[in-house]
Amino acid sequence: MAVVLASLVGLVMVLTAFVRPLEFLGTAVVDWFNVLAAIAFVLGGANLLKMNLMKISARDAGWGYAAITVGAFLVTIGVGLLKVGAHPDPLHPDVALSGDKEAVGGAFWWLYEYAMSPITSTLFALLAFYVASAAFRAFRAKNTAAILLLGTAFIVLLGRVYVGVLLTSWIPADNAWVSWLRLENLSGIIMGVFNNAGTRAMMIGIAIGIAATSLKILVGLDRSYLGSGD
Amino acid sequence: MSQLGTPMVDPAVERRANRMMMVILAVICALLALRAVVGSSVGSGDAAVTEHGFGMVYVQEAKKGFVAEQSKEKAADGTEVEVRRWKPAAPGQTPEIAWTEWNEVTAGEWAAAQRAQAAAPASAPVVTVSWPRTAGVWFAALMTLAVLSFLWRDNPVYKLAESVVVGVSAGYWMIVATWDTLVPKLAGALVPAWTKAHLMPSLESAGVDWWGLVPLGLGMLLLCRLSARVSWLGIFPLAFVVGTFAGLRFVQNVESDLVAQVATMFEPLVVVKHQALAGADAAVAAPIDWAGSIGASLSAVLILVGVLSVLAYFFFSLEHKGALGRTAKVGVWYLMITFGASFGFTVMGRIALLAARFEFLFDDWLWLIDPSGKH
Amino acid sequence: MSTAPQPSFLARLDRIDRRWIFLMMAIAVAAPIIWVGVTGRTFPETATPAVQGAFDAIERLPEGSKVLVSFDFDPASAGELQPMATGFIHHCQLRKHRIYAMTLWAPGSPLIGATLADVIGNDPSYRYGENFVDLGYQAGNEGVMKQVGVDFPKAFPNDSKGTPLARIPMMQGITRLSDFDILISVSAGYPGGKEWVQYGVSPTLTQGHRLPFVAGSTGVQTPQMIPYYPVQMSGILGAIKGAAEYESLVNAKATAPGETVPAKYQEAQRRMAPQLFGHSLMVALILVGNVIFFAGRRKGAAA
Repeated sequence: MAVVLASLVGLVMVLTAFVRPLEFLGTAVVDWFNVLAAIAFVLGGANLLKMNLMKISARDAGWGYAAITVGAFLVTIGVGLLKVGAHPDPLHPDVALSGDKEAVGGAFWWLYEYAMSPITSTLFALLAFYVASAAFRAFRAKNTAAILLLGTAFIVLLGRVYVGVLLTSWIPADNAWVSWLRLENLSGIIMGVFNNAGTRAMMIGIAIGIAATSLKILVGLDRSYLGSGD
Repeated sequence: MSQLGTPMVDPAVERRANRMMMVILAVICALLALRAVVGSSVGSGDAAVTEHGFGMVYVQEAKKGFVAEQSKEKAADGTEVEVRRWKPAAPGQTPEIAWTEWNEVTAGEWAAAQRAQAAAPASAPVVTVSWPRTAGVWFAALMTLAVLSFLWRDNPVYKLAESVVVGVSAGYWMIVATWDTLVPKLAGALVPAWTKAHLMPSLESAGVDWWGLVPLGLGMLLLCRLSARVSWLGIFPLAFVVGTFAGLRFVQNVESDLVAQVATMFEPLVVVKHQALAGADAAVAAPIDWAGSIGASLSAVLILVGVLSVLAYFFFSLEHKGALGRTAKVGVWYLMITFGASFGFTVMGRIALLAARFEFLFDDWLWLIDPSGKH
Repeated sequence: MSTAPQPSFLARLDRIDRRWIFLMMAIAVAAPIIWVGVTGRTFPETATPAVQGAFDAIERLPEGSKVLVSFDFDPASAGELQPMATGFIHHCQLRKHRIYAMTLWAPGSPLIGATLADVIGNDPSYRYGENFVDLGYQAGNEGVMKQVGVDFPKAFPNDSKGTPLARIPMMQGITRLSDFDILISVSAGYPGGKEWVQYGVSPTLTQGHRLPFVAGSTGVQTPQMIPYYPVQMSGILGAIKGAAEYESLVNAKATAPGETVPAKYQEAQRRMAPQLFGHSLMVALILVGNVIFFAGRRKGAAA
């Protein structure tokens, strides 16, 4: 039944791309899909609550942190659903929940601006340090391929900042026969020619793979998404 | 090995690491104390003051009041109906509903407002320190340092920050999806009158849309995954999602990533460019730009060779030997150049993110720099 | 009693605690930020063809054109992408285009409001609902992209404040994506620029109408977007360097000679100083690492 549903919905999406009068079907399916995607976030939140509550009740290692996670989650849900601190819509001030949930000054905004935003930004920023450490430890010019990779990395790293402009500023910029040797132009050539070619080939290969996998799902040959029980 | 299966750390090394961490924390606290004592000059001219503190946020009061107005309007069917509309209260008018908004201002504006308060309290704007937002800046700064402390080693403060962000992020995504999608598209479709009365008074609805029961039903089946007993019901919404994606991607990926990319390859390999001469007579053919022509032709050839050789590398149905092997080797060189370029760009991206965090710490928190004139 | 030989300088360098490298990176990024913050000096930027293409695509549109801007990023990538978003909105404001802002990332919703408030502010010539609108967030990723291509009001029934689109003057006549004059995506990953090319501006979805598309992308994503330029995309802003180049183009247009550029329009240019030192450090670390490697290999071969 699930396989039939997947095939049916998929075929509707394919048909509506080519048969204009059936466009309304595709719009309906996509509309339901978007609502289902929103409900999936509710599922994600509920699952987080369930897993952490289980950890707390079993007193597993690190259950204190699970309690903090649950507390932060429930506070966010509470202030978000009730729009704590967010003023109503000026056109409808008598409806308490009519305002913008993310109004500046509200509790939900405070959690986004001072908790979620800085911590997620810093977690991503940590990678700059690990990239430096990995470059020192692991990048070795052991063979031709590695030399090509490192050489390209040097050209791009230097060519994308002002030091690259300075290092090759002695090469005349108005002489087209040699100006391509300037680091900033070399990095442009690497991106526009070599990276372009390599990425394009990978893209073509991936597109063929996606087409094959999608077709297998549409005709019911691939049922891996149903899990091991089917 | 310890009872939990983790390798035992030499206690002497552990003690030395702890002592180092205490020293680093002490240095940071001392620097913060020094920063607070030194203070910052905020405001300009007569209003300039030295503020002994940092990481403060100032807000200006803006009072809002509303009164209701009854009027008669023509409905869609032509009948006259009584409508109640709200409008801002006029000066001197007693509002039926009122609240105060607080808008962020710079430290300079706060200093000027303090000066105006001292001179003419009745007419001066009310500008004050916002303690919730100031606490927020300090909380954000301490959480930033907590995450950065992971670079020293894993520690409880980092784990605390991690737990907070996991809980807040999950709650945030859930609330935004609820208010922005579920309320207008699900509640607004199935219970429009109640939604309009209590949640979205601006909602315009032609009545109950019973098709909303389809995503609601699928959503309820999806939520069954929370229970082990009925989680098998979740395969139906999953099949719906997978089918939709498969149908979408089958057409669109083929069009944009296969057909369009192959079509782009059908460009001339011999490119002839002409020099662009200012004021040249259109009837006279401009001379050939040899450098530009050779460069463009070489680029086209290199791109074609590159795409074919990388595709040859990824063709594993035949053994890579002979002509195919040599072509695949060229493909490997192209891939190495591609990965080298990706590495360079990745480094660029990560450093920009780190720079933004340092800017927050030095500008918004410590007030060491002020590139945008906020304080 | 025998004593073990002292390890050489290179051997000790090879075993260096990685926290020293972290400290070097921190100083390489932090020191230039303070220097730029105090002096206000930035490096000159010259636009590359992809960035010039993005600028020209917005510049050549007639005044008052309809521009759909998709803020497909979150605060984690704002360090790279916020200057691009600010630059795009500023450029559209200079050209008096009508700005329709939306997002496919839930945390991107407040970023729309903050950017519009920061750039447009209290400009009396730019009124909400007539010159710019904040459509907010909708869940569904590619589903939303597909839906806006066919039925825009169904995808976004109201703006971020809950006002129905029918009551917003500038939404009149907007039924699908091809009704816009250009699409701009500030993209951190999935869903983003790549998906807009696949599900937004491809000819089957726009009924053959060629909708110009311009994207700003992170450093990680930029190499993957290059094959789409210039046929499927009119321009790309690649990483913080692309943002700095675009800022310099827009500021040259907006600012008369001798006039001071507001600091909020130089965010990316300020961040190029830490980039310079960070990149130089990376190159130095790789070189030193290889020197240690080859010295060790030669020593091993000699032994």
